[in-house]
Amino acid sequence: MKQQTFIALLVGVLTAGTASAQVTFERLLNADEEPHNWLTYSGTYSSTRHTRLDQITADNVDDLELSWVFQAGSLEAFQATPLVVDGIMYLTEPVNNVVALDAKTGAVFWKYEYTPSPEARPCCGAVNRGLAILDDMLFLATLDGNLMAIDAIAGEPLWSTTVADPTQGYALTLAPLVIKDKVIVGVAGGEYGIRGYIDAYDASTGEQAWRFYTIPGPGEPGHETWENDAWMTGGASAWLTGSYDPDLDLTYWGIGNPGPDWNPAQRPGDNLYSDSVVALDPDTGELEWYFQFTPNDPYDYDAVQIPVLMDAPDGNGGTIKLMLWANRNGFFYILDRENGQFLNGTDFVPVNWASGLDDFGRPVQTPQPPGTTTFPGVQGGTNWYSPSFSPETGLFYVSAWESYGSNFTPEEQEYVPGRVFLGGRPANPFGAGANVPGLRRGHINNWTDAAGGGAVIAINPRNGEQVWKLPMTDVTSSGILTSASNLLFTGNREGYFHILDAEDGEVLWKKPLGGMIANGPMSYMVDGKQYVALAAGHSMYVWALAD
Amino acid sequence: MMFKSLPFRPVLLATSTALLGLLVAITSAAAQDHVGQYEQADIEFGASLYNANCTRCHGEAGTEIAGTDLASGQYARAESDQELMRLIRTGIQGTAMPPNDFNQSELTGIVSYLRSMRDFDLGEVRLGDQTRGERLFNGKGACATCHRVRGQGPRTAPDLTDIGSIRTAATLQAALLDPTGTMISVNRPVRAVLGDGTLVSGRRLNEDTYSIQLIDQDERLRSLEKASLRELTALTTSPMPPASDALDEQEVADVLAYLLTLQGLE
Repeated sequence: MKQQTFIALLVGVLTAGTASAQVTFERLLNADEEPHNWLTYSGTYSSTRHTRLDQITADNVDDLELSWVFQAGSLEAFQATPLVVDGIMYLTEPVNNVVALDAKTGAVFWKYEYTPSPEARPCCGAVNRGLAILDDMLFLATLDGNLMAIDAIAGEPLWSTTVADPTQGYALTLAPLVIKDKVIVGVAGGEYGIRGYIDAYDASTGEQAWRFYTIPGPGEPGHETWENDAWMTGGASAWLTGSYDPDLDLTYWGIGNPGPDWNPAQRPGDNLYSDSVVALDPDTGELEWYFQFTPNDPYDYDAVQIPVLMDAPDGNGGTIKLMLWANRNGFFYILDRENGQFLNGTDFVPVNWASGLDDFGRPVQTPQPPGTTTFPGVQGGTNWYSPSFSPETGLFYVSAWESYGSNFTPEEQEYVPGRVFLGGRPANPFGAGANVPGLRRGHINNWTDAAGGGAVIAINPRNGEQVWKLPMTDVTSSGILTSASNLLFTGNREGYFHILDAEDGEVLWKKPLGGMIANGPMSYMVDGKQYVALAAGHSMYVWALAD
Repeated sequence: MMFKSLPFRPVLLATSTALLGLLVAITSAAAQDHVGQYEQADIEFGASLYNANCTRCHGEAGTEIAGTDLASGQYARAESDQELMRLIRTGIQGTAMPPNDFNQSELTGIVSYLRSMRDFDLGEVRLGDQTRGERLFNGKGACATCHRVRGQGPRTAPDLTDIGSIRTAATLQAALLDPTGTMISVNRPVRAVLGDGTLVSGRRLNEDTYSIQLIDQDERLRSLEKASLRELTALTTSPMPPASDALDEQEVADVLAYLLTLQGLE
């Protein structure tokens, strides 16, 4: 028995029979010490989506069998990552229902049904990515702009507070992040001319603690990067869960595109803090530092990715605190997360909108002539799909779209509250027909060959170089999980659930699940058995080794 | 340049001389409440609204959501213009279609454009005589030696039974004159050599990382595991010759007119 398995079993025994044990902030801080549980969206505050569980290995992967399936009563995309706490799984069923299940069998304890207002108008699907937990409270961010606390035992709402107005195009699609006694959420709506923000609420009362506007107002530093009134409708959403470094006491969030999306002439300037990562004080929401990936973005390259935190030797006997970031704009960045300093950046997919990055990480932009194709295309070189970092292999893994482009056409557009505010469109380079990948796909892959393909790419975070790559015919929207046994779990739009050797990318096991995989796989353990869960199509599939 | 009335639906065609300025609406016998009644100004207004508000999900051609072809004029959840306007305003709960705050004139514009979308592409389209076109399709043009229509003919090339409802006149004309340049990627001819050396060729139907699905030269559905193949090639040249190889300009226009009558099973 490997050491990690022993630890996991021991922890499992110690916590058995305490199914209602409160998930304290201490437990969230030390989530990697209880790998049988999955306590936050990305598993731990460092968001590496790595499990220390090692029961499933390259040697026994052929013994995997389906343990149970949860079938959602919705045809919306299934993008949520479940939480698991001491044998109980908490899951959002698309869109905003919350379910508590027996993590061993899928048997349902309770279901809280929430129907968002028909006024909700998410740009890109009525989706939800999961829950947060603190003590016995689950936190749900609803599509129509509410943040709710739900009793994890009774399945009943405890409080609800309004975060945003759906009639103005705001929506909440992310899993909230709990830090100390606060619940932090950001808003979606970057296609509707919103002014984005990140909010914190008191976990026990729902009272607002602070708001950080992702576009600085008059008199605030950064406001000068907008002209006229463009800041009022400049987008800069924050629709994916951030990360947290407890030592620095900073929380990191990726910020979305400026608006209107494709017409930068309507918003001259760098448009801070769109397409940036911001480091905030979790107690006050004050900005500590920022780094902007794509100034004055004309391509919809949201910096809405998961900030992955890891530490590396600094060469002087100490460690340096890094942030790894494979951006939608096609570049992989290494930042110093103490101060936001740019350390390294390289393209991980074909890029032609910039010829490279300067010494400060600022792109040298090379706009393509009208009517020609820009790479990466509008959905990006990657997107919100969770990447992973494995301390065992020392590699960073990302789901990528390769050689995929769009023809961008800017157009002047007047802002009308509650309506999409896009300023043009990203045309399909191949003319009419569903022959490039979009947000979703059906059973037929119509966009083979010329429109690009998908890949899992392993990157050495010390120098940004690719170590291996698994090319795939279709693109991928799946997140990635790595394990202490050097396995990599992921999926793709073709519906394959893949298990790879994290060292070299060899496909060790695959199973076609018959529907697009669009969430991040996660792992947990109950009664000494390791499970892996991921959603495909409209169902979530849970696997474990045969007895 | 000649225009020909089609039996099944109204036609709005752009000419090279006046482009949108000469949009001509012809009402068909099978008229419903939404046929042929749209003002050109509404259509153009609707086109600009469509491009600004709808293309992100639906694409410029209205076909980028699987199972939804906005240009087809067939909507699963709305038949009349009123129903379509209501659907656009309220969105469709449980799907990615959000509500939209359009006023009545904007809704009129968008619906006018949606109803005219299939014929709204710019470019020179020459339409001939559909009866002559059908004869040419089955005879001199030799189209029917590969294409199937309403259960008749081989399956080697794509079935054209509903091609007139899913493609615009301009797209079909381009496909007739430049089959290779307009070939949809998934339709590419594939050539596979099996492990035992057997050659399989056919038309691709679907493909993923590990396998490819095709209809082979004997019209059988085949699914091949890529790992078991000695060789797999997807050709970028269409097996269809340009229609101008066998037909003159008038005859191409005749075939185009015939193709536009193919609106699915009757």
